Amino acid sequence: MRIDAEAINKRFGEDFVALDDVTLAVPEGSLTALLGPSGSGKSTLLRIMAGLETPDSGVIKIAGNDVTRARPQERGIGFVFQHYAAFAHMTVRDNVAFGLKIRKRPKADVRAKVDELLDLVGLTQWGGQRPHQLSGGQRQRMALARALAIEPRVLLLDEPFGALDANVRAELRRWLRRLHDEQHVTTVLVTHDQEEAMEVSDTIAVMNKGRIEQVGSPQEVYDAPATDFVMSFLGPISTVAGKLVRPHDISLSHTPAGGDVRATVKRVVHLGFEVRIELAMDDGKTARVQLTRAQTAELGLSEGQEVYVHPPASKVIGRADEHQEAVLAASDDDTLSEAVA
Amino acid sequence: MVVRPAWKYSLRAVALGYLALLLLAPVVFIFIKTFEHGFSTAWDYVTTPAAISAFWLSVLIAAIAVPLNTIFGVGTAMVLVRSKTRGRKILDALIDIPFVVSPVIIGLSLILVYGLHGWFGSWFIDRGIPIIFNPLGMILATVFVSLPFCVREVAPVLMEVGTEQEQAAATLGASSGQTFWRITLPSIRNGVAYGVVLTTARALGEIGAVAVVSSNVLGSTVSLPLLVKYRTQVPGPGGVSAAYATGTELAVMSLIVLVAMTLLAPQRKDAR
Repeated sequence: MRIDAEAINKRFGEDFVALDDVTLAVPEGSLTALLGPSGSGKSTLLRIMAGLETPDSGVIKIAGNDVTRARPQERGIGFVFQHYAAFAHMTVRDNVAFGLKIRKRPKADVRAKVDELLDLVGLTQWGGQRPHQLSGGQRQRMALARALAIEPRVLLLDEPFGALDANVRAELRRWLRRLHDEQHVTTVLVTHDQEEAMEVSDTIAVMNKGRIEQVGSPQEVYDAPATDFVMSFLGPISTVAGKLVRPHDISLSHTPAGGDVRATVKRVVHLGFEVRIELAMDDGKTARVQLTRAQTAELGLSEGQEVYVHPPASKVIGRADEHQEAVLAASDDDTLSEAVA
Repeated sequence: MVVRPAWKYSLRAVALGYLALLLLAPVVFIFIKTFEHGFSTAWDYVTTPAAISAFWLSVLIAAIAVPLNTIFGVGTAMVLVRSKTRGRKILDALIDIPFVVSPVIIGLSLILVYGLHGWFGSWFIDRGIPIIFNPLGMILATVFVSLPFCVREVAPVLMEVGTEQEQAAATLGASSGQTFWRITLPSIRNGVAYGVVLTTARALGEIGAVAVVSSNVLGSTVSLPLLVKYRTQVPGPGGVSAAYATGTELAVMSLIVLVAMTLLAPQRKDAR
């Protein structure tokens, strides 16, 4: 079912604005990531969708129905917490069965559904165990099975893999994507990990300081960022001739061409296939460039050498608001400063 | 810090010896004294009409004070930990009054409120419900003095468990009642059990506040601790030896509750 958040405002206390007039449409059947740094309001938006927080103003609709004042119980949602929220005193089976037992489903139906879900999340062997006997990844799979048991209209995941080891996280991401491709439940995933958002979701809403900066497919937000913040949050950036660029979009040569900037090679770091080059620009700034091993060999780069930097056109198509100070200060650039003024 | 084994063991010996001398020895001594003339003598002392009446009065007091303070304790702990209202701080301070005020003063204050010349005393007496110098007053006094135990045991456990499991239950469709019975209560049951044990021990053992509001008539308003005190002042065979037997009876009752609660709420390693 589609979810619509319309003009949502939420403050915590007097000063902290968690959400500032946020509007977002989550299309039916999509897997949308709310991506942003901590304090950007992404979890608050998710919790408001779930009914675990109440917005100060604004409307939440699920499948077109206004549910702003509805309690979590009435929304038909599945929610997965970062720290699993496993029912510690129940077995894995009873955890998964909880929502069905609350709904007073016949025992045989509950048993069949729980068996099916335990199989889906690969925990059939663990049904009789307590959550504390499971690994973190297993506990989160149990929590997902528990949320899916009630056949929710929408699935809301709050940093579901944030507490897990890197390799378990990668495995669960792929698993979640597969699950979504099979079940097509409208899913909203909160994450601060841009790689996770790019890998798993089909739509990314990039959030910063209580606002949505951009909504688009992973390619759109990466290749055509609307603001400097989106540009800087979705991947590494370098500042060349006052423009924000991706390190892998920069090319180097020994002969100057129009618009090129002169620089000195400070460091060459070989990281397998990829080579990272640190440049001291003539304006005193440092810029990072990412080349392939072949490109580096062709140029024959060594430290202390002079090169010419050829930046591509800046990818930022919009302008960030004043809350881009960090990026602006780092770039220290005339055109950007004018844009702000 | 590196501690040499010799030091470590002598420190342990001192600590254990201190506890044994202070806590264990008197209790063991009472047990020995109780049974020095055989089990049947002790049994006779705890089965006199006055002793049986005192036993049932103590059971009645505990049977009313413990459930009342447990329900109140869990509810108040929920308010203290979960609510953000301003009254919370005042409530927090009020709960400790029975801890900081002498039980005798609590007994006296009950006389002031419910006694013959007290604020509500005549209202109750006119309706045939005398409180002071009656079992009802002793129950009130016990409820008062044993009130904070459950709150103070449950609140920290409730804090540690957090609200995520309850939120998860809500998203899965559980009403607040279902969430309380199926999620909250089972996850704090160790705290509740320990609160019940402490409340019971205090309810059975309370003497100060109870003595003030009791008429000290054997067979009607003398609970077990009052009987112990009474018997210690009686000369002869019905005196101190009988008091030891009653003391042992009290200790056994508290022990039974402790064991029962340990069986009902076994300690688990998976607090979360």
